[in-house]
Amino acid sequence: MTTLAKLLPSRTPTPSAFLVRFALMAVTLLLIAPAVLSDFRLSLLAKFLCFAIIAIGIGLAWGQGGMLVLGQGLFFGLGGYCMGMHMKIVDAGPGNLPDILTYSGKYDALPALWKPFSSAWFAVPMAILLPMAIAALLGAAVFRQRVRGAYFAILSQAMAAAFVIVIIGNNALTGGTNGLTNFQSFFGLSVIDAADQRILYFMVVIVLLLVFLGTRQLVLGRYGRLLIAARDDEDRVRFLGYDPARIKLIAYVLAAGMAGLAGALFVPVVGIISPALLGIVPSIEMVIWVALGGRTALAWAAAGAVIVNWAKTSISEQFPSGWLYLQGLLFVVVILFLPKGIGGAVDNLRRLAAGRRPTLRGGRPKAPRRGVPAPAPAGRAGEDIA
Amino acid sequence: MTSPDALLKIRNLVVAFDAFHAIDGLDLTLQEQEVRFVIGPNGAGKTTLIDSITNLVRPTSGSIMFAGEELVGRSEHAIVRSGIGRTFQKPSVFDELTVIENVDIAASFRLPFRSLLKRRKGISDEVAEILGSVNLAAQQDNLAGSLSHGQKQWLEVAMVLVQRPRLLLLDEPVAGMTEKERLHTGELVTKIAQEGTTVLVIEHDMDFVRRFAHKVTVMHEGKILTEGTVAEVQMDETVREVYLGRPRDARGAAEEVPA
Repeated sequence: MTTLAKLLPSRTPTPSAFLVRFALMAVTLLLIAPAVLSDFRLSLLAKFLCFAIIAIGIGLAWGQGGMLVLGQGLFFGLGGYCMGMHMKIVDAGPGNLPDILTYSGKYDALPALWKPFSSAWFAVPMAILLPMAIAALLGAAVFRQRVRGAYFAILSQAMAAAFVIVIIGNNALTGGTNGLTNFQSFFGLSVIDAADQRILYFMVVIVLLLVFLGTRQLVLGRYGRLLIAARDDEDRVRFLGYDPARIKLIAYVLAAGMAGLAGALFVPVVGIISPALLGIVPSIEMVIWVALGGRTALAWAAAGAVIVNWAKTSISEQFPSGWLYLQGLLFVVVILFLPKGIGGAVDNLRRLAAGRRPTLRGGRPKAPRRGVPAPAPAGRAGEDIA
Repeated sequence: MTSPDALLKIRNLVVAFDAFHAIDGLDLTLQEQEVRFVIGPNGAGKTTLIDSITNLVRPTSGSIMFAGEELVGRSEHAIVRSGIGRTFQKPSVFDELTVIENVDIAASFRLPFRSLLKRRKGISDEVAEILGSVNLAAQQDNLAGSLSHGQKQWLEVAMVLVQRPRLLLLDEPVAGMTEKERLHTGELVTKIAQEGTTVLVIEHDMDFVRRFAHKVTVMHEGKILTEGTVAEVQMDETVREVYLGRPRDARGAAEEVPA
């Protein structure tokens, strides 16, 4: 193996190689970035790292589990609103109504929906548990019915769209299209103060690193192997004695929890949560980050979120309307030439450097569909009777 | 036919695809530790029989009792957990997992979920032994996708064996195998049966059937035509008629008996 091959990251590193790489990443995020970036850039990076948490969830559900989760905005939004409501109540002070609830003139006291969020002990766990609970309900119904592929993607997207409609439709209660904004403080930290924003940045980095490590552990375990098996041939998994619906449900629910957690961190970092951040378009963008970064490796999925958003910000600063076209172009390029994203391209470079042939094969082999007694008997179930 | 220690008891099974009855009122009884070969011309419903036992196709009516419990209406994975393993005509393994990972997830199916979260540590003696018995020990760290057709068939057999089923359903286990591989498979089936597993083998290769079968069931048009030893079945007039009587089936039978 040549030196170049050694320098490039490999897909399946040895434990010590992983530790070195992880330590490098942690040092970059915890020491170098805060030292070299301005306050403004650092808080932008904090925002992107929130997105990276969503991306790890998508990497798990989509990259490993094959579920095209096109509606993660729903879970991100649920987490964001849980945290946002709590911060609004705290900002208003005891006995006062948050400004958002006074505009309609409908409320003299905290409405029932808001009341429990006065307590941080309720709001913070809810930001994660509520998305997980909704994903569990939705997933249990959908996976048991063996809904998959494009149907699952459309269904999950419809859920995000419906959530936006509910929020806008109840604007007296939710702040409508404006969402929740004008936050002052987050657990004693000022969300405007630069020094406090740095503390928030470190919080986000630590949460991200923990989520990454935990998810990686899960993926490397037997469960991770089963998830890949269920992705590639769900029906075959049944005949090993496992219920693939349960295997997929776990990944889906965890991905929802990660999106909720990201939403809860996003609100103090960015200072707003609104329907525009969690509808159909943002939900699709979340999947694009992961597709560009590389869906089959969690680290690349997370990197995709940072790279795409960094590029979006930089390019939008130069050419305000140029980003949308570039994003579309990038997506097409990735689908055509880099089906495994940047991570897959790096893998191929490594193979080339090592003198082996690159694989352009992006997707997984299409799973044969079994056990469908079609009217005209075809496929495995019908082979004997055709 | 009814016996108290029958492991599998199928009664009046019907599998209908619209008007077509792939299985048409079939009765079949397997005793504990029996090895049964099922033969029959193309379209007799042999694979559909296995598919309906494992609920890959849902029986239209009838009863399938396994160890005293009704299987009809139970989910695929519940049936596997009750002790039935099967292979497929086309080898189905997980190409993106390594050989050892394929066998490992099969072997882990009774583990509590907590243990599934952990990583595989080394290779258990059982897994190593089974990989050895199917000649895949050298390939254990290769991706299953890189195996040859015959090796994938072996891997699939290893995956089902490691689960130690009480009833093993093999759908054309030697299709596409070389003569040497066929022999090895036949010996493996015999060995599995001696260790106490009940085996149902669907086979087209009459040579293989002659060599390894004791009791043979002949299926035709979704029904049992006759049962008996290989010699009895071969002498049976109705069986000859089914295989040789009509031109279409004669061609089918000729293909099934390798020259």
